[in-house]
Amino acid sequence: MSMEIIRFGYVPLTDAAPAIIAHELGFAAEEGLELDLMRIGAWAQSRDLLGAGLIDAAHMLVPLPVAQAVGLGPVLPPMDLVMFLSQGGQAVAVNQDIAARLRAEGHGFNFNNARAAGQALRRVVRGPLRVGVPFRFSTQAEIVFHWLEASGFGEEVRVVTIPPPMMADAIDAGEVDAFCVGEPWPSFAVERGAATLLLTGRAIWMSPPEKGLVLRRDFTAARPDTTGRLMRAMWRAGRWLDDPANRGTAADILCRPHYLDLPPELAERGLRGRLMISSAGETRQCDDFIAFHRDAATFPWKSLAALFAARMIRNHGLDPAPASQAAMDCFRTDLYREHLRPAGAGLPGASLRVEGAIDIPRLVAAESGQMILRPDAFFDGRLFEPPSAT
Amino acid sequence: MQKRLSIVLIDPDEHRAGPIVEGLKEAGEYDVHVILEMTDLASKVTAFRPDIVLIDLASPSRDVLEELALASGPLDRPVAMFVDHSDEQLTRAAIEAGVSAYVVDGVRADRVKPILDAAIARFHMFQRMRAELAATKAALEERKVIDRAKAILMRARGIEEEQAYALLRKTAMDQGRRVGDIAQQIVMAAGLLI
Repeated sequence: MSMEIIRFGYVPLTDAAPAIIAHELGFAAEEGLELDLMRIGAWAQSRDLLGAGLIDAAHMLVPLPVAQAVGLGPVLPPMDLVMFLSQGGQAVAVNQDIAARLRAEGHGFNFNNARAAGQALRRVVRGPLRVGVPFRFSTQAEIVFHWLEASGFGEEVRVVTIPPPMMADAIDAGEVDAFCVGEPWPSFAVERGAATLLLTGRAIWMSPPEKGLVLRRDFTAARPDTTGRLMRAMWRAGRWLDDPANRGTAADILCRPHYLDLPPELAERGLRGRLMISSAGETRQCDDFIAFHRDAATFPWKSLAALFAARMIRNHGLDPAPASQAAMDCFRTDLYREHLRPAGAGLPGASLRVEGAIDIPRLVAAESGQMILRPDAFFDGRLFEPPSAT
Repeated sequence: MQKRLSIVLIDPDEHRAGPIVEGLKEAGEYDVHVILEMTDLASKVTAFRPDIVLIDLASPSRDVLEELALASGPLDRPVAMFVDHSDEQLTRAAIEAGVSAYVVDGVRADRVKPILDAAIARFHMFQRMRAELAATKAALEERKVIDRAKAILMRARGIEEEQAYALLRKTAMDQGRRVGDIAQQIVMAAGLLI
């Protein structure tokens, strides 16, 4: 049988795992696909290559296609997010000076209390606070903005973009005071002695969707069969990845020289949820630190597109109604249902919901039978109502 | 008279930056500044107050420029990404060549085009040079493997160099493979056997 080749762009991060595992363990081949994996250096590059048709599919920051949809990027053909590839996987880190002041203040670095960490940070930081994120339109930026605002920070916060591999250097050189980035880069910075980890992304928002599978809209329309096969390959790779017994093997595969090219021990921390938070060797166990599949982790709620769009609308003075609509239109719950129904994915009854309303795993009615939804509460009880759910 | 356009080229590779600057100077009268070092990039770029910023499409530091392009404070000049939005062909040509351009709002498209054209041409030339260099390296590597395979055959079968090469070539032709591949197999097999 001849394989259909899909040029697949990924940025070397722990959460590129579904694509790499789909390729290495045959989930793509089972669907008759050969993934031509292309390592990409910048999120803007991923967007541009996809727009120009030089790659067919991309592992991309969830808010990036939203930014494109609301007109905050270059003029390129429309692109859609067809499923999430991961939830969580981020950590917030502070420089050693702030870490020392937090400790002196009695903060215990328990790593899971965003309210306590935010209040403690508020007490020890006088003056400006510069926070590094990997991209302007990233889940990390949303997490940081929300957490700092809710903790009483205001104008003094400056969020700046730093490429993840340079995050450790940037905090070491004093370019930023803190950062929020995906694994393995927080662990890398700890290993280098440049930073202490303060919180997981999940401590701020229990279900922060991190990466998605993004395709051009004309591709999904012209090649529905291929789109479905690619989605099923990613979905099954995610299922394999969410078996705790497979996480060690996943770390070994991901860290090979042509993928992440790092010691497997580093990627294993995030994948096993056992993070070393300081160079003194203190570790914290965080269950479900990163998820690829479980409890409808891959379902691309349209309300989440609206949530990310809301901040873009506010910061860039966009017309709210058309921007929210364009954002929700690019999260393709219709394709998710069509292509993952045959694989047996749980399908929620609705595609919109109030975000932040679930604080423990919840059993809900599904398209057929029942399914469990992941908790998605924010640390401060924030609720987000999408425009058309009201 | 129009003010000269100020161009910032961000490229940590001096060997590439040089020819690109030359290409830009041939294309017109511009003030060209090169940034080789990526740390604290945003403030370096802002300090030059450029009209146009050129950077490798694949550079991780591009994401830093994306942020600059979106800044719209009262003192910042708005930056449009890429070239004039109507020119999709030029955008595509730039993406294919691996160059991305950030253009300050208000710079006319006809003033941007010659700059982009020059940059695209030099990026292509550099890609070609890099591909040629890689091919030369591979050829040299293959040469070495063939020499080792010949030496193995000469020792094992007591034949002269010319005969050894003839044997390699005949085997390759019979099997429809490249001489280099056959040589590689001989070297590998010899490594196991001897």
